[in-house]
Amino acid sequence: MTTMSRGTPELWRLRLFVAGQTPKSLKAFSNLKTICETHLSGRYSIEVIDLVERPQLSKGDQILAIPTLVRRLPEPVRKIIGDLSDTERVLVGLDLRPSL
Amino acid sequence: MTSLRLPKCPTGIQGLDEITDGGLPRGRPTLICGGPGCGKTLFAAEFLVRGATQFGEPGVFMSFEETDGELKRNVASLGFDLPGLVRRKKIALDHVYIERSEIQETGDYDLEGLFVRLNHAIDSVGAKRVVLDTLEALFAGLSDEATLRAELRRLFRWLKKKGVTAVITAERGKEELTRHGLEEYVSDCVILLDHRIEGQIATRHLRVVKYRGALHGTNEFPFLIGETGIGVLPITSLGLNHKVSNERISTGIPRLDAMTGGRGFFRGSSILLTGTPGTGKTSVAAYFAQAAARRGDRVLFFSFEESPNQIIRNMLSIGLSLEPLVRRGQLRFHAARPTLCGLEMHLATMFKEITEFRPAIVIVDPITSLLSAGNDYETKGMVTRLIDYLKAGQVTSLFTSLTQGGHALEQSEIAMSSLMDSWLFLKDLEVNGERNRLLYVLKARGMAHSNQVREFLISSKGIDLVDVYIGPEGVLTGASRVAQAAREEAEGLAARHETARRKHDIQGKRALIERQIAGLRSDYETGELDLKRLDEQAGSRTRGLVAARTELARLRHADVARRVPRRRSQSKQKVAR
Repeated sequence: MTTMSRGTPELWRLRLFVAGQTPKSLKAFSNLKTICETHLSGRYSIEVIDLVERPQLSKGDQILAIPTLVRRLPEPVRKIIGDLSDTERVLVGLDLRPSL
Repeated sequence: MTSLRLPKCPTGIQGLDEITDGGLPRGRPTLICGGPGCGKTLFAAEFLVRGATQFGEPGVFMSFEETDGELKRNVASLGFDLPGLVRRKKIALDHVYIERSEIQETGDYDLEGLFVRLNHAIDSVGAKRVVLDTLEALFAGLSDEATLRAELRRLFRWLKKKGVTAVITAERGKEELTRHGLEEYVSDCVILLDHRIEGQIATRHLRVVKYRGALHGTNEFPFLIGETGIGVLPITSLGLNHKVSNERISTGIPRLDAMTGGRGFFRGSSILLTGTPGTGKTSVAAYFAQAAARRGDRVLFFSFEESPNQIIRNMLSIGLSLEPLVRRGQLRFHAARPTLCGLEMHLATMFKEITEFRPAIVIVDPITSLLSAGNDYETKGMVTRLIDYLKAGQVTSLFTSLTQGGHALEQSEIAMSSLMDSWLFLKDLEVNGERNRLLYVLKARGMAHSNQVREFLISSKGIDLVDVYIGPEGVLTGASRVAQAAREEAEGLAARHETARRKHDIQGKRALIERQIAGLRSDYETGELDLKRLDEQAGSRTRGLVAARTELARLRHADVARRVPRRRSQSKQKVAR
């Protein structure tokens, strides 16, 4: 993959913020899973945080919109909101593909 | 009926609760809109802080612009201890950071995260009040406006359901109230803040544009951001329940004291001194100041026309030496150009000076200069506030006011005079090529006061009041009064001489008559004597005749009884005898 050529293999730590088991959240999670398996197979971890259960975590990551995907590693932190159905934009957002 | 009334949530902001008849609508959102720098954030912050400190209602401040640290520093300038309130869990701060360039939108989303955060913050302190400052940042941070608007609608519904009283700030739009049409969602109460410049002087204004289901003042009210928070200046701010004093204080001019019941004005009252230019308003004020300072009262002199040194020099020319009083700290001057700053700043500075110096007497010379720093209405509002403030502290106040010819200003003075307890009026009178000053006491609440016009003299010895001449030729003053007095004296003298002369004449005549009476009496007495003598002579002669006739009769042997009727006169004499 061209996008991977310059980076050494590293662990991608992703956080997906949801609020309850809503259709949007479920859709976002399945979309994320697909993208990661395709592009980051074996070197990613996804932490799903349900704000309904842990609202205090919303402040630290400046969460407004639901669902929000936060790329914690590698630095810098990036944020992607929405149900991740636009794969192209997710890849641009995660910096897996240079935006043109 | 009371149960049907809209429940209100007091803001604790000075004056605002009076305008809105109790505060913002409880449990509903209120929109505060205004241009940049008009005080929206401070307004919102004060609403929260006062809620937490005065009304036992904790609050949440959700800021979309300022970070927690910035916010704490900013409201510290109003004397609010935000960090302390946060520590004691009275207020929760939440800074929401949105940067469009750091966010990639990849499909459907909602703002549930914001709801969760807000809900969490509200629950963490048990908040009854919420501030969202400013929600419009969302429009800059997110591109899907349709989603955003739907979510805002949901947010306001949610806030109402939550039962919190919310204040939402928004930037003023060009043609609409807010740039992004937030007023569409917040329809219960809309307050507009404005910071505008009139004649190069900026003044803040507040207007309640809309208040559903409640009476409210619809005027624009000037407000100020001082060191203790926001203060709106409604005319009816503070009740009329000042303590009153019966102590009287001298004006420093004995004749003026005499005109006000002999003892001067009440302590803690407000005195208006109006006059045309050059009638000696400042001189009267300076006299008042000197008398007070000599008595031991502290006097604060706000001068808006002359510098302190100029006043001191000028007053020296009428025999007042104010400088030692200034040196002893009895008298303090505060001089400022009226155009230096807006009315609100003047008021704030005056409050600050008064709080610092704690004077017993405050002089504002002249209050009309402040007209140039604001309009009539604002000045009146300001004076009301100032008087309220001074009266609450039992401070006596003297305001001089410049009158120009013409109706508009006289009107304004009538408006202002209703706030004053006493009103002195200085007036020029131009007659016969000279100008003289007159002084009236137009009103003096609670005091027997003179209804007389006095002529007001200023000389190197000071101020004196003298009676004017009032006569058939009208009121005479100055040279005319002196001339009239001289003329009267001359006339009086002439009259006295005339009287004396006439008295003398009459006495002479009487003496003459008395002499004549004496002469006549002696003539009369002489006549009386003669008469007596004549009587005596006649009597003796008659007796002689009778005797002679009797003798003759005896000699003739006549019958006396028969002859008597024929000689009536003789028989009559006989009968009488």
